Amino acid sequence: MPRRKPPITEASRGITFTRRALVVGGTQATLGVALAARMAYISVVENDRYALESESNRVNLTLIPPRRGWIVDRHGKAMANNRVSLRIDIIPDRLHNKELVLGQLKTLLKLDGDAMERINRDLNAASGFQPVAVKEDISEAEYASVLVRLPDLPGIAPARGFARYYPTGAAVGHLIGYVGAPNAEEYQEAKDPLYITPGFKIGKQALEKYFEPVLRGKPGARRVEVTARGKVVRDLSTQSDVQGKTVHLTIDAELQYYAARRIGPESGSVVVIDCLTGDVLAMASMPSFDPNSFSSGIGVAEYKWLSQNDHVPLRNKTLSGLYPPGSTIKPMVAMSFLEAGLPASASTFCGGGLRVGNRVFHCWQRRGHGQVDMAKGIYQSCDVYFYHFAQQMGMDVIAAMGKRLGLGQKFPLPVPSQSYGTVPSPAWKQEKYGRPWAVADTVNATIGQGYMLVNPTQLAVMAARLATGNIVMPHLTQDANRAPVQSLGFAPDHIGVVREAMNQVVNGLGTAGRARLPVEDVKMAGKTGTAQVVSLSKGSGKGGLWKYRDHGLFIAFAPFDAPRYAAAVVIEHGGGSGAAYPIARDVMTFLFDREKAMAALEGFEAGWGGTIEERMARDFAAWKAGANRPPPEGAA
Amino acid sequence: MIPVPPAIQRIPWKLIALLSAITGFGLLVLYSAAGGSMNPWALQQGLRFLAFLVGALILARFPIKLFEDFAYLAYIGVVVLLIGVELLGFVGGGSQRWLDLGIVNLQPSELMKIAIVLALARFYAQLPPGNTRTWTALWPALVMIGVPAGLVMLQPDLGTALAICAGGAVVMFLSGLPLWWFGSAALAGAAALPILFSMLHDYQQKRVLIFLDPESDPLGAGYHISQSKIAIGSGGIGGKGFLNGSQSHLDYLPEGHTDFIFATMAEEWGLIGGLALLFGFFLLLRWSTRVALNARTRFGQLAAAGLTMTIFFYVAINLMMVMGLAPVVGIPLPLFSYGGSSMLTVMTCVGMILAIENDSRTGTRRFH
Repeated sequence: MPRRKPPITEASRGITFTRRALVVGGTQATLGVALAARMAYISVVENDRYALESESNRVNLTLIPPRRGWIVDRHGKAMANNRVSLRIDIIPDRLHNKELVLGQLKTLLKLDGDAMERINRDLNAASGFQPVAVKEDISEAEYASVLVRLPDLPGIAPARGFARYYPTGAAVGHLIGYVGAPNAEEYQEAKDPLYITPGFKIGKQALEKYFEPVLRGKPGARRVEVTARGKVVRDLSTQSDVQGKTVHLTIDAELQYYAARRIGPESGSVVVIDCLTGDVLAMASMPSFDPNSFSSGIGVAEYKWLSQNDHVPLRNKTLSGLYPPGSTIKPMVAMSFLEAGLPASASTFCGGGLRVGNRVFHCWQRRGHGQVDMAKGIYQSCDVYFYHFAQQMGMDVIAAMGKRLGLGQKFPLPVPSQSYGTVPSPAWKQEKYGRPWAVADTVNATIGQGYMLVNPTQLAVMAARLATGNIVMPHLTQDANRAPVQSLGFAPDHIGVVREAMNQVVNGLGTAGRARLPVEDVKMAGKTGTAQVVSLSKGSGKGGLWKYRDHGLFIAFAPFDAPRYAAAVVIEHGGGSGAAYPIARDVMTFLFDREKAMAALEGFEAGWGGTIEERMARDFAAWKAGANRPPPEGAA
Repeated sequence: MIPVPPAIQRIPWKLIALLSAITGFGLLVLYSAAGGSMNPWALQQGLRFLAFLVGALILARFPIKLFEDFAYLAYIGVVVLLIGVELLGFVGGGSQRWLDLGIVNLQPSELMKIAIVLALARFYAQLPPGNTRTWTALWPALVMIGVPAGLVMLQPDLGTALAICAGGAVVMFLSGLPLWWFGSAALAGAAALPILFSMLHDYQQKRVLIFLDPESDPLGAGYHISQSKIAIGSGGIGGKGFLNGSQSHLDYLPEGHTDFIFATMAEEWGLIGGLALLFGFFLLLRWSTRVALNARTRFGQLAAAGLTMTIFFYVAINLMMVMGLAPVVGIPLPLFSYGGSSMLTVMTCVGMILAIENDSRTGTRRFH
C-alpha cells in the first residue's frame, strides 16, 4: 500500500460508483462517437474508392477480341482471313476444384503434359476473371463433350471465337507472316488488357506484323453483373467488336501459290514484278512454314523440325537471302558500258580466258567464244568480254549502274527486315577493308562474284528497270496515290540492245534455250546466272554435296519487246542456272496461259510426291519418327 | 383527459418503441438481404422479437431480490452447462457451443454474460465496504470470471470470452476496487499479450494478423473485412437505396445477415442509416446507465451497469469489426443481426434492467 487512505464507507462507495459509472458511460459514449466518425470516414472520405471497388466486384468486363482485318490479293481474293474457332478457357476465380476440373479436361480434350504444365503456369500467374486458355481450335465433338459436362465443371468457359486462316498455307508463310498470342514482353510494353484476353493474336511476322495497327480493329466488350461465386446475374451491356481494316496487296494470290508450288522440293525463291507499275505479283520463298500452324500456337516438335532443316524454311529468301548474282548482272553491266559510251559493236576475242596481272581468269566456256560483241557477251554469257571491257570502263561506272537498277538498295516495302547486300566499289572497299581496289576485284564483280551480294527482289527490280528503262519501285500494297514512274533516262536504242540480247538468251543462240515460253506470240527475255558457293577444290559446283553446289539464278521479263512482267528466280545450290530458268519459264507461262502452266506443274508434282502440304506432312512425320531427313530431292 | 390506468402507465412504452425501432430497422435489412423476402429471416426474427419482448416485460415484474438470491445458483448452473457443452462436444467429436432446446439453440456462454454480472454484483454488494481494498475483494471475483472465460475459450469462442471478461471487469471497476489494480492488470496484460497470442488457435491468430493488415490477404481471411468496408464505403452518405445493395445481394459480403448485417445496412442506407442506428443504441444505453445511477440497491447499481456493459460490448465490438477496427471475432449486432441467442441475452438484460428500474421506483434509495 503506498499510503493510508480514509476507510471506505457505504456512502463513499456510492460516490465512487457514481463517479466511475460516469467514467464508464463517458468512455462508451466516446467510443460511440469514434465509431460514428470512423463510419463517416469510410463512407464519405473514402467513398469514391469503395464505390469503385464495389462496382468492380459487381461488374465483370470481358473483352471480345476484334476480328482481324483480311489480307487480300490484287483481285480481292483472301490470302489471310478468319474462320470460326472453338476454344475452352478457364476463369480462375470460378475454378473451385482445380484438380478435378483439370483432370476432366485432360481426358476430354486429350491434353498432353506440356499443355497441362502451361495451363498450370498460366493459372498461377493469372488472377480474377482474366480467362486462361485451355485449348484453342478444338473440334466440334470435343467442344460438345465439354459443353454437356459444363454443370460439373465450374470455372470452365467454352467460347466461340475466330482464328486466323491462310488458305494457301505455306505458300504465303514468308510473305504474309503469321499471328500469335502476345508474349509477356509485348504485354508489358502495351499494358493493354486486350493482350491477355484469350483468343487475341497479334501479327508476329512480315505483313501481319507490319500492318498490325491496320488489321487489329477495336475489341468489343461484354459487361455482366456477377455474384461472388461467379454466377452471371444479368448482362449489362455488350459492345460488339469492330473488325480491322482490309489490307489490299498487289500480289496475285494464284500466281504466288503457283510459284511456291513450282519451286518444288528446291530451296529457293521467285519474285515477279509488274514492269509498268512496280506491283509485286509474287514473292515466294520455299521451303516454308505453314502460318496456320504458327497462328494456332506451333508445337515444340514442329518448330524444331523447321529450325533444324538445312533448307532454312524460316528465312524469307526473297528479301533476306543474299547471293552472288553471277552472270545475271551482265545485262546491267552491259547497260553501264553503253551509257558510258561503249558501242554495242565493240568486240574482243575470247580464247577461254584472260590474263589479268599475273593471274588468268577463265571464261565458263573453256573452249572460248571467239570474237564476242556485247550481244554475244550477254546471250552466250561470255566472261572474257566483260573481263576485258570492265577493265576499260572501270568499276565506278558498273557500281553506279548497279545501284541505279536497284542492287544494294533497300526498298520501301512493308516488311520488318530486308537484307540489301553489297554493290562493291573502290570507295566501298577502302572504307570496309582499308585496302585499295584491285583490277581483279573489277573482274570478279563484273561476273557477279566476289563482293557482290544481292537478294532476289533486287534482281527482279533490276530486270524490270532494264526492261523498261524506268525507275520501277516494288510495291506490295495497293495505293491510289503512287508517284508516277520516272524514267532512268537511258537512250532507247541502248534499251533495245539489251532487250534483244536477253531475248537471244532464251529464243536465240543463248544459254537458256529450254526457257522458251510455250505460248504463241509471247517471247520471254532473260539472263542466266550461276553463283559459285565454294572454291572448285571442294566440288565441281554441278554435283556432289548439296551445300557445295552452285546457286542457280535467272532473271527474266516478257514479252521481250513490250515488257509487262519481270521475274527473278534463285535456286540455292541448284547446281547452276538450269535449276532456275525452267521455273521462271513456267511462272511466266502462268501469267499468259494458266492451263498450260498448271498442266506442267501437275506433272512435276506427281514426280515430287504431291503438293506442298502433302510433302511437308510426310517430311514432318518422317522427322518425328526419328528417321533422318531424306537427302534433298531433285538436284537438277 | 381520460385517466390512464396504472397498469398501462407502468408499461415502459418509450423503451418498447425504441427496441421495436431498432429491431424493425433490422427486419427491413433482413428483408432486403433475403432478396426482398420475409423468408427465411425477417419473419422469424420478428416473431422471436415479440416473444422475447413479452418475456422481458414479464421479467421486469420480478423483484430484484429474486435475481440477487439466485445469482450464485444461476452462475453455478451456467458453469455446469458450459462443462456439459464441453463434454458433449468432446463426446460428439467436435466443438459444440449450444444445447438444442427445440425453439432456440441455447448457448450457455451467452447466458454466462448475464450470470457473471449478477454473481459479481451480488458478491460486491455483500462485501463489507472495509474489505474493498483487500485480497478477499479480488480473488473470488477473478476465479468467478476466470472459470467460465476459460471454459468458453476452450470451445473456442474468443469473442464471448472477452465479453464475459469485460462484463466482469466493469462490475469490479464500479465496485470501487483500487484503481492501481486495474492499471497494473492492464500493464501485465499488455506484457503478456505475446504469450496470450501464442495460446490462441491458428485461425484466431490468423484473424488477428489479418486484422492488422487486411490487404495482405484480400481473397482469403481478410476478405470479410475488405468486403465489409467496401459495402460501408460504397454506401456513401445516403446509401444505394433499399434492396439495391450489390455487395450483399451478389454475395460478396459474407455473413451479411448475421455478423456483418451492419455493412448490409450501411450499403443500402448509407451514413444516415448508420448514424440513426448508433443513435438508437445510444438512447438504449443512456437509459440503462441512468437506471444504474438511480438504482436503489448496490446490487441493482452494479447489475444494471454490468448489463449495460454487456449490451455495449456487443455493439462496440461488432461495429469495430465491420469497420475494420477489430479482428473478426464473430459477435453479432444485438437486436439487428439474425439469430436467437444474442437477442435472448440482450432482451434478458433489458428485462432485468427494467426490473431494477421498477425497483428503484418502489422504495427509497439506501444511499441517501
